[in-house]
Amino acid sequence: MSASPGSAPTASPGSRPTATAAAGAAARHPTILLAGNPNAGKTSLFNRLTGARAKVGNYPGVTVERRTGALALPGGRRAAIVDLPGTYSLTARSAEERVAVDALLGRGGSTPDAVIVVADATALRRGLYLATQVIDAGRPVVLALNMIDEADAAGLRVDVERLARDLGCEVVTTAATRRRGIDELAAAVDRALVGGAGAPAPELGARLEGAIARIEDAVRAAGLADDERAVRTLALWAALSVGDDELEVPDALRVAVAEAHDAARAEAWDLDAELVAWRYRRVDAALDDALTGTHDDRKSTSARVDAVLIHPVWGLAVFALVMLIVFQALFAWSEPLVGTIEAAVAATQDAVRGLLPEGAVRDLIVDGIVAGVGNVVVFVPQIALLFAFITVLEDSGYLARVAFVIDRVMGGVGLHGRAFVPMLSGFACAIPAVMATRTLESRRDRLLTMLVVPLASCSARLPVYVLVTAAVFDPDVRVLGVLSIGAVVLLAMYGLSVVASLGAAAVLRRTVLRGPRPTLVLELPPYRMPGVRDVLLATWQRVRRFLIDAGTVILALSIVIWGLLTYPKDGAAEERWEARRAEIAATIPDAEEQAVAIAATEQAQAGEALRRSAGGRLGRVIEPVIEPLGFDWRIGIGIIGAFAAREVFVSTLGIVFDVGDADEESEPLRDALKGAEREDGAPLMTPLVGVSLMVFFVLACQCMSTIAVVRRESGSWKWAGLMVGYMTALAYLASLAVYQVGRLLGLGVT
Amino acid sequence: MPLDAAPSTVTCSLAELAVGDAATVRRVGGERRIVVRLLEMGLVPGTVVEVRRRAPLGDPIELRVRGYALSIRRAEAAGILVERP
Repeated sequence: MSASPGSAPTASPGSRPTATAAAGAAARHPTILLAGNPNAGKTSLFNRLTGARAKVGNYPGVTVERRTGALALPGGRRAAIVDLPGTYSLTARSAEERVAVDALLGRGGSTPDAVIVVADATALRRGLYLATQVIDAGRPVVLALNMIDEADAAGLRVDVERLARDLGCEVVTTAATRRRGIDELAAAVDRALVGGAGAPAPELGARLEGAIARIEDAVRAAGLADDERAVRTLALWAALSVGDDELEVPDALRVAVAEAHDAARAEAWDLDAELVAWRYRRVDAALDDALTGTHDDRKSTSARVDAVLIHPVWGLAVFALVMLIVFQALFAWSEPLVGTIEAAVAATQDAVRGLLPEGAVRDLIVDGIVAGVGNVVVFVPQIALLFAFITVLEDSGYLARVAFVIDRVMGGVGLHGRAFVPMLSGFACAIPAVMATRTLESRRDRLLTMLVVPLASCSARLPVYVLVTAAVFDPDVRVLGVLSIGAVVLLAMYGLSVVASLGAAAVLRRTVLRGPRPTLVLELPPYRMPGVRDVLLATWQRVRRFLIDAGTVILALSIVIWGLLTYPKDGAAEERWEARRAEIAATIPDAEEQAVAIAATEQAQAGEALRRSAGGRLGRVIEPVIEPLGFDWRIGIGIIGAFAAREVFVSTLGIVFDVGDADEESEPLRDALKGAEREDGAPLMTPLVGVSLMVFFVLACQCMSTIAVVRRESGSWKWAGLMVGYMTALAYLASLAVYQVGRLLGLGVT
Repeated sequence: MPLDAAPSTVTCSLAELAVGDAATVRRVGGERRIVVRLLEMGLVPGTVVEVRRRAPLGDPIELRVRGYALSIRRAEAAGILVERP
């Protein structure tokens, strides 16, 4: 059972909790925020505190993940813990980044009853910056010095009592992955809930006080806060955050901040630098008092590992190896699992088919719903594997090195270094790749990457390439005496895919996703062993989110496409085919011959049914539109079917050409394609048409599952719609250009 | 007798430091939101910063500041004024 944070009534933002009021609040379900820097083990601590029964949702209005869980306090009470996004400071430039300060001050909800700040004990000289900001805000704070085991090993000693005295809050040491300090932390939180807020923040000094006073007036006048500490916190926050931002802030406040900065500049000092320096002076003073021992990190294990992993030669070699393993895992290792799932789905279909009476309902359940659920579950192995890998790469610290090494290439097109792993994964399958964009910190970077990832030539496109090259290219023709022309064309398609991804990123960055110049300010955390439980938990949470959010959309779309390709049916035609089969059974004595003849009728029947279906007619309808690309209505039906999943193109073509159940290796299907003719007798599948078709598949967004996942990760249909729009336009124009120019030049028309 | 007034320190941008050099931050310049970020990550005037290495492709660079490793691009480093002996 977990208490939902929104339901905890707390003291209004204007009042300081007195002892009795605090006791009253503590009697109900208190709300505790969990704040801290990225890479400080906050998630691991959250998992230990909540016992892994977290609920994942979003902060209202933004696509920022919000994890909540329940903490059992000593004494029997239960508190709700809300995990804030990892952040280095409360300063914010966008609505997404504003989440932390809003939660802390109780804006848009209730003020928290206590806050746990998690700091990496080996990086306190930076990490305590955020801690002092949180302490100054006025809520009861407990500071958890996490990874204390690493600090000990490095020779750093923290005098916890001195630090607590200097900062004005309780300090506890923890090592979350080793489950150390958790109980002490819970006890400290319990005490903090009753104890109330800590000492008020120290003075800013004359110059800063004067500058901030103006901003505080604006905060009060705008009614943003009335509690003095909240007013000061908000004023300090505004001084650093407001100005060339995307925040919703009252104009009066904006003006006050600008004036304060101008006034400082006129007196030849910088408000931003002074404020930050003031805070860091406090951090340094507290640590000079409480922290002893230095560690020359040059001799540390991390430094030695880095000497290899970021080495120009070895580093890139290891990098290539790691990426290869990730890729191989997605491509090959997930296959047995996928095969098992497909077999299970087929078995379920057979079982259900046996249980239910014939009819539309049975077809809907078996071919629509069960198959649809299968379409969703089949992605789980790849998602699980990719996320397990990414979590290990991230928690170990290696992902930061990947971003560091590859940044120069990615930065050139406006992508972040951390976008590399998602983009690479896209070459196996876009679904886990789109979900992997969560590792990017800025929403703009996330959107940019996820809109471009589907251009990576995923493994589902391969069957299409294989079938088409086999149908149009002579396998014996060799280029440069070594490579078959089919292989060359295949490589060209992958090359096109890479160029298109980078190009689309560059264009999107200058148009729809225009924004401030992307920068790299990246912490390279020490190398650490990821906790197995944390990795498994993170993977499971990701899979669960996929099944619930994207899964429902994929299922719905599956059923729609199935319906399009199956209905309307023609009862009379079906009876005629049954009669034909009865005739065959009666007239052909030889069992083998009979079986072949019956199979032929079934294939012809399926073909006819498909052509008669709504999807089939749609193929005819769009024919004039796709003719300039060199396609006809049969390929059109294949493209419609491929919307379910690209590899379905092959099986759909099999049915359209009366070949029946075919895959890309099927000889009958290849022969059927080779022999296919247009209405005027000209061959359908010329090499030019083949290339045009492959180019179309490289660039088109034909995967409803991708659309569902992009919708989920971006938070709205708008972005998914944009993706479908631009990719379809790109595919159409490219295919058109290839076919028409090719025809003009007389290339590959025979 | 007037003392020699020649400065004993060198002021330059962080981007001009060689790998292994250490210097003290004097001023952080550039686009405001990046400046605030760099300041808050610890590159406050008066802080000692050391250039640890460059990425294999030349950019970005890894710095050592306040006891942790921070990586920024040369473009941003060019805006940071530092002083070294």
